[in-house]
Amino acid sequence: MVSLSHYLILGAILFAIGVVGVFLNRKNVIIILMAIELMLLAVNMNFVAFSHYLQDTAGQIFVFFILTVAAAEAAIGLAILVVLFRNMKTINVDDINELKG
Amino acid sequence: MNFIPPDLAPAYPEIFLLVMVCIVMLADLFVGEKRRYVSYILSQAALLGCAILTFSTLSSDVSYTFSGMFVDDPMADILKLMVYITVASVLVYSRAYISVRGMYTGEFFSLVLFATLGMMVMISASHFLTLYLGLELLSLSLYAMVALRRENVLATEAAMKFFVLGALASGFLLYGMSMVYGATGELHLSQIADAIRGGDIDHQILVIGLVFIVAGISFKLSAAPFHMWAPDVYHGAPTAITLFIGSAPKLAAFAFVMRLLVEGMGEMVADWQGMLVILAVMSMAIGNIAAIAQTNIKRMLAYSTISHMGFLILGLVAANWNGYSSALFYVIAYVLMTLGTFAIILMLSREGFESDHINDFKGLNKRNSWYAFITMLMMLSMAGIPPMIGFYAKLSVLQAVLSAGYIWLAIVAVLFSLIGAFYYLRIIKLMYFDEPETDAPILPNIDVKMLVSVNGIAIIILGLFPQALMGLSLYAIESSM
Repeated sequence: MVSLSHYLILGAILFAIGVVGVFLNRKNVIIILMAIELMLLAVNMNFVAFSHYLQDTAGQIFVFFILTVAAAEAAIGLAILVVLFRNMKTINVDDINELKG
Repeated sequence: MNFIPPDLAPAYPEIFLLVMVCIVMLADLFVGEKRRYVSYILSQAALLGCAILTFSTLSSDVSYTFSGMFVDDPMADILKLMVYITVASVLVYSRAYISVRGMYTGEFFSLVLFATLGMMVMISASHFLTLYLGLELLSLSLYAMVALRRENVLATEAAMKFFVLGALASGFLLYGMSMVYGATGELHLSQIADAIRGGDIDHQILVIGLVFIVAGISFKLSAAPFHMWAPDVYHGAPTAITLFIGSAPKLAAFAFVMRLLVEGMGEMVADWQGMLVILAVMSMAIGNIAAIAQTNIKRMLAYSTISHMGFLILGLVAANWNGYSSALFYVIAYVLMTLGTFAIILMLSREGFESDHINDFKGLNKRNSWYAFITMLMMLSMAGIPPMIGFYAKLSVLQAVLSAGYIWLAIVAVLFSLIGAFYYLRIIKLMYFDEPETDAPILPNIDVKMLVSVNGIAIIILGLFPQALMGLSLYAIESSM
């Protein structure tokens, strides 16, 4: 039997992979976008699990909104990435360091 | 089951603005490059219309609509009126700057208005969903605005950093919200408060949720240790956009904090107070010390913002009506000072010249003594020197902190603002005691000239007579929370 805590642990692991992916990744900006997506999906997992466990549909409706916003967010992120690539000719995280101080 | 239409009256300003954004977007397609002022005037008219709608529904009661997801209370009204004033001033100040840099386009106006709509939704939210949607509408518009100068390397890099860290913050916030939802089974802020008050809840899950929510909030407020994006974004974004990011969204972020922490999780004050103390002390320390080393004025102002956010959080630490109202007063004062300072930077810039180095302020007094005087007022106010508004804002926050019994915190705050005074006074020294490096004339439009003068005078007048604004803040907090 899969219990609530199984879902929560899965959600926590996915979320942690997402956060670590954003910070430790030194190679490619696209991987950062994927890590952000993973974080939001981990949150969705949490919401759905709680929603089922509490017998309350509001949490699942929240998930629809998160999915929609995540799609819009990915669109803007990729658009910025394209513009960045045109300007810098690279999407390597280490090379994006014009701004510092 | 019958469908009962929601009462739309409390949301009239938002609905009106949404309609106007669509009109601005469509109208902009039909006006050419020559008649772009049509979009500008329509945007200003939209803000004016919103102001009239908000003003006509001013009342001291709290009204809910959309099944309790949307609230209209005095705090929301005052913050929204401030947002309209701020955004309208941003449009006036940035018009010349954006038109010589190829950003005087329909996208600019529609993004500004969409961001404004997001702020208004955030300010009036009383449900996790509306809080989140308002925040995202604001953030997504801001990401796009930073990247508006597509050919500029710095701007696109700033946009990428802003996007990644902003999305990360949204993720943290959502994770916290999901935990709070799991613990209480509610998404309405008032029902969450009731559920927490009723006890019988796993306190541990709630605290985990709270930690994530506070982390997400401090990203949005640009409070240390989650401030990394602010200097890069302030530096890289076009100055007009920096002005926008640095001003109005802070008002919305204040409302966001009040709704989440005070309205929703007010019962857990003992838990979040300690977290906010850490945020406040770190923000004041990092902001004030790192700003000393900056030679780029936009970057310096970013660190100055971080330290101001530390002060703002101090007001929340006090966790009583006096504290909240002094924080509200502080955020309004901060916005006025930011508007004035960036207005001067925008005025000094011209085609092909950004004027974002502190040396560009050298000898400003010889070039134009009135603008030098206004800049001096802004700097003195930010440093917290009487009789400017910044002094009274800091004083009232410190009083609230002292009355809550945090004497050491008040001493730390005063010490750090003393350190901070150095880099504000350095600008005054450059303006009055150094020789100008250029004698390019400063020729702002008449509307900018008038508005910046009003802005400068407001800094003194509100500093000399703060009682009216302070009373208004106290009234707003008392009748809303």
